[in-house]
Amino acid sequence: MTAGSGDAVEQVHAPRDDDVHALYEHAPCGYLSTTADGTIIKVNQTLLDWTGHQRADLVGGRRFVELLTAGGRIFHETHYSPMLRMQRTAREIALDIVRPDGSRLPVLVNSVVDRSADGEEVIRSAIFDATERRAYERELVREKERAERSERRATVLAATLQRTLIPPAPPTIPGLDIAAAYRPAGRGDEIGGDFYDVFQVAPDDWAVVLGDVQGKGVAAAVVTALLRYSTRAAAVEHRLPSDVLRILNTVLLRDDTERLCTAVVVRLRSVGSRWTMTLACAGHPLPLLGRAREPAVAVGRPGPLLGFFEEVEFADVEITVRSGDALVLYTDGVSEARRGDAWFGEQRISDALATYGSSATALADGLLHEVLDFEQQHPRDDIGLVAIRVP
Amino acid sequence: MTVSGNPDGQPMLFAHGFGCDQNMWRYVAPAFADRYRVVLFDHVGAGGSDPSAYDAERYASLDGYASDVLDICAALDLHDVVFVGHSVSAMIGALAAVRAPDRFDSLVMVGPSPRYIDDAGYVGGFSRADIDELLESLGSNYLGWSTAMAPVIMGNADRPELGAELTASFCRADPAIARRFAEVTFLSDNRTDLAKVSTRSLVLQCSNDVIAPIVVGEYVRDSLTSSEYVLLEATGHCPNLSAPAATIAAIAAFVAHDLTV
Repeated sequence: MTAGSGDAVEQVHAPRDDDVHALYEHAPCGYLSTTADGTIIKVNQTLLDWTGHQRADLVGGRRFVELLTAGGRIFHETHYSPMLRMQRTAREIALDIVRPDGSRLPVLVNSVVDRSADGEEVIRSAIFDATERRAYERELVREKERAERSERRATVLAATLQRTLIPPAPPTIPGLDIAAAYRPAGRGDEIGGDFYDVFQVAPDDWAVVLGDVQGKGVAAAVVTALLRYSTRAAAVEHRLPSDVLRILNTVLLRDDTERLCTAVVVRLRSVGSRWTMTLACAGHPLPLLGRAREPAVAVGRPGPLLGFFEEVEFADVEITVRSGDALVLYTDGVSEARRGDAWFGEQRISDALATYGSSATALADGLLHEVLDFEQQHPRDDIGLVAIRVP
Repeated sequence: MTVSGNPDGQPMLFAHGFGCDQNMWRYVAPAFADRYRVVLFDHVGAGGSDPSAYDAERYASLDGYASDVLDICAALDLHDVVFVGHSVSAMIGALAAVRAPDRFDSLVMVGPSPRYIDDAGYVGGFSRADIDELLESLGSNYLGWSTAMAPVIMGNADRPELGAELTASFCRADPAIARRFAEVTFLSDNRTDLAKVSTRSLVLQCSNDVIAPIVVGEYVRDSLTSSEYVLLEATGHCPNLSAPAATIAAIAAFVAHDLTV
């Protein structure tokens, strides 16, 4: 219907809400006015109902600060009051009003400083019942504290478990210089999947294993632990790294895990002053051998990864090493470290062999730092390294 | 840190208390600018200070804050300092004056309390439970801080209220630092340090202060070896805001007396 149609517009009846007294007294929030020094001069019925105070007890003699808990009084004096003095307004101040029976009313207070009709300064406050909001906030704080406690526990647990899987330092092997470096991915608050172990099998006969279990966390750690002690047991029975890898493959297939693993096993034996290294790889990056005045070369033959195929064949490669030779074992967290589109790659590892050739520790630490620098200190994958050098 | 006033004048160093920042002196400090070199600063974690400078170990007691005062004196090469400390900073000044009495000419303690919690034979005004409640209430006001927006300034020309750029930070502090400062402040006990203060001191007591009641001000006066005491007709804990004229007059009389002696 349009106005031009000639029909009279029907009168809409709306209820009026212009009783200012009722608006003030029965507003859905408390109103409170004080003098500049906080003495209460006016209060509405809503606030009296909420607090259980009598009007006569509040108006004329008492100060707003006196209605608060002791903690609230301090906050009033150190925050609320200075803010009002300096800014003439304060908002969302959380306080507790004490009722005559001692119970508390959590409130949020908004205040402004204004002048009354006779020119005196008055502080006008709107007071909101914050009982449920405060309960919710307390619950949030409790949850936050619980989460922080739980995170601290998990971090300590991860670090403890990590230490049992990654020896803090490899043992000393007489006549051989050996060092390792390890850094879990990300912030280091989760157990990584990389592991290594260096142990003696017989006099002048040592074994080294570096592996990478798929995934991370507690489930990966269980598999890591299984592989670590299985390697030790198998190395006692079997001289050849290929046999040790075959047993690890069987162990993984029989175990109730879907996790795959890559590993490199090296057997170190000395005859007289000469060391031989026999190594085999299972789905693992081939170790690099650095020799004085020669470019670094990859040693070993690629083999299948562990925990997938029933029938596996691994090839052993034996090398005789001389004084000054260095062999570096590394996980794909090193070679596949990324910066943008760039990979860290084998060449940088070869370069590190030349740069840090002076000792196994220099090589392991230097290479770790280069990888971390490359990834701007945020490794996306675990980094595991073992450096073996003939002095 | 803000340095103003007479560059050749005697230094007057103002330190704010728990809760706000150096703007607490906005109504008082300018009155001394013609004769004194006025130095204002924010305690670590307050106002415009750098929160990363907070070191939990250094600030585990008021001594760390006293060290800051002495560091400021050393950095600006201040001597014969008139130190004006409000609330907990009165005690911070006392600790600094005990450690380096030669630096200080006099101490002005505004609303001081050497211990806020009642003890055998001592009334501080609060119980341990009260202080625990305060620490919890700071947690409740955390949300107010974190979502803090600069409040609208109500126009009023007769006092130099804060501009919009300052209201964003005034009385808003890093919640974790504020909570630890509250713990250090309200759980401290410096009663035995007062007797070690040899510097001439003024105790400015408000007539109606719920944080530092009159008995506490009198205790401080009686414990100091050389003190004057002025009871201000003022309500609340911040006479520097609620009664700036009386505060200025009391400080001026105290330091003027100092000049004639």
